[in-house]
Amino acid sequence: MMAGDATDWRDDGKAERFKQLAMPHLDAVYTLARYLMGTASDADDAVQECYLRAFRHFGTFRGGPIKPWLMAILRNTCHDTYVANTGLVYTADSEDTGATQTNPIWREDGETPEQTMLRQHESETMRRLIGELPATFRDVIVLREINDLSYRDIAMIIEAPIGTVMSRLARARALLRDAWVASEGGKE
Amino acid sequence: MNCEEANILLHALIDSELDAGNAREIEAHIATCPKCAAQFREFQEFHKTMKSASLRYTAPTILRNRIERKLPTPRATGASRRIIIKGFALGATVSALAATGVLVMVIHTDDEQRVLGDVVSAHLRSLQAEHLTDVVSTDQHTVKPWFNGRLDVAPPVVDLTAQGFTLLGGRLDYVDAKPVAAIVYRRRVHIINLFCTPAPGLATRAAVMETLNGFNVRHWSESGINLWAVSDISADELTEFGEKFEAALRQ
Repeated sequence: MMAGDATDWRDDGKAERFKQLAMPHLDAVYTLARYLMGTASDADDAVQECYLRAFRHFGTFRGGPIKPWLMAILRNTCHDTYVANTGLVYTADSEDTGATQTNPIWREDGETPEQTMLRQHESETMRRLIGELPATFRDVIVLREINDLSYRDIAMIIEAPIGTVMSRLARARALLRDAWVASEGGKE
Repeated sequence: MNCEEANILLHALIDSELDAGNAREIEAHIATCPKCAAQFREFQEFHKTMKSASLRYTAPTILRNRIERKLPTPRATGASRRIIIKGFALGATVSALAATGVLVMVIHTDDEQRVLGDVVSAHLRSLQAEHLTDVVSTDQHTVKPWFNGRLDVAPPVVDLTAQGFTLLGGRLDYVDAKPVAAIVYRRRVHIINLFCTPAPGLATRAAVMETLNGFNVRHWSESGINLWAVSDISADELTEFGEKFEAALRQ
């Protein structure tokens, strides 16, 4: 018993190990938070809470890629925050979809300024349309298309069977494509 | 394959998530169905559009710094070392005292009795307070991840419906003043609560069946997790539950 308690304290390297594994995924976790929470400040709070929770429960992390595990915790954190703030069941339909102004400026080699502007405009439209999707479809599309997670990982994160992931993703893409076509209509 | 199925599977094909057999099937369908072929091309195109858009966000530096500041720094090392030494010293004293007699046995048994009382109380509470489950699902893949970030233990959740024990869901409970995972099963009209706590340093321990206040409790340890199954079903049936659970875990 005593020896068991003592070994619990032998975690000198725990914080360092956690930082090494978890910090490289901060942008990906933050990206999901932005799409789930809507505003930048809510996303900040959710990500911070997620990382502190993840550290507290780092002992339950069973190895393997840490990214899906962090995403699952973030999703639970967003869910808990939303319920606490509103007392409502989580739908997280963002009202503040205009809050995408702090985007990094990007520019790919060989692009003319016009092409860069067009791409920027398209990306902003796409971000807005993703933000307008119902929450059930928003997380699967962000996890798949932006965070590059496998169906298996997504199933674990959204707490649903793989079949559900597949049907939701199909529906999410159909909804998003329709919205995209409607907003970009006749532009090409 | 019909078009309805194809409409879902074509996305898995785009995402390279299908095994060879299923991929061949959907490709065969697309080859003969112009409507689904058009859908496939459109979604493939849309997938590329999304990939070329810049949809990621970068976490603000302020946030990154704030998180790093809140995580413990290696300065804590000195303190933990002292506690380890203290722990060992104390352990040695207790061992010395116990060397001649039954002291460890007594401490051990008292501990076990208290925890036994705790799990039975938690089982009773779960039946009375209409708080049997926090997450209601018969799907083990829903119940298990629900505990992520809520507990210090990743509880083993297995579906035993085919073996006559229906998975009802899970909830957070308290045993020995610590949060634990409770996984809830049903056998006919009887509820079985399976409590899980981390057991560091304790790999495997054979099952013990005990009875308290008319409830049967089967206690065992596996892969560093302590498990207690509590129910009013007979000891034989609870043994059957435990054995099937262990067997399913090993699969």
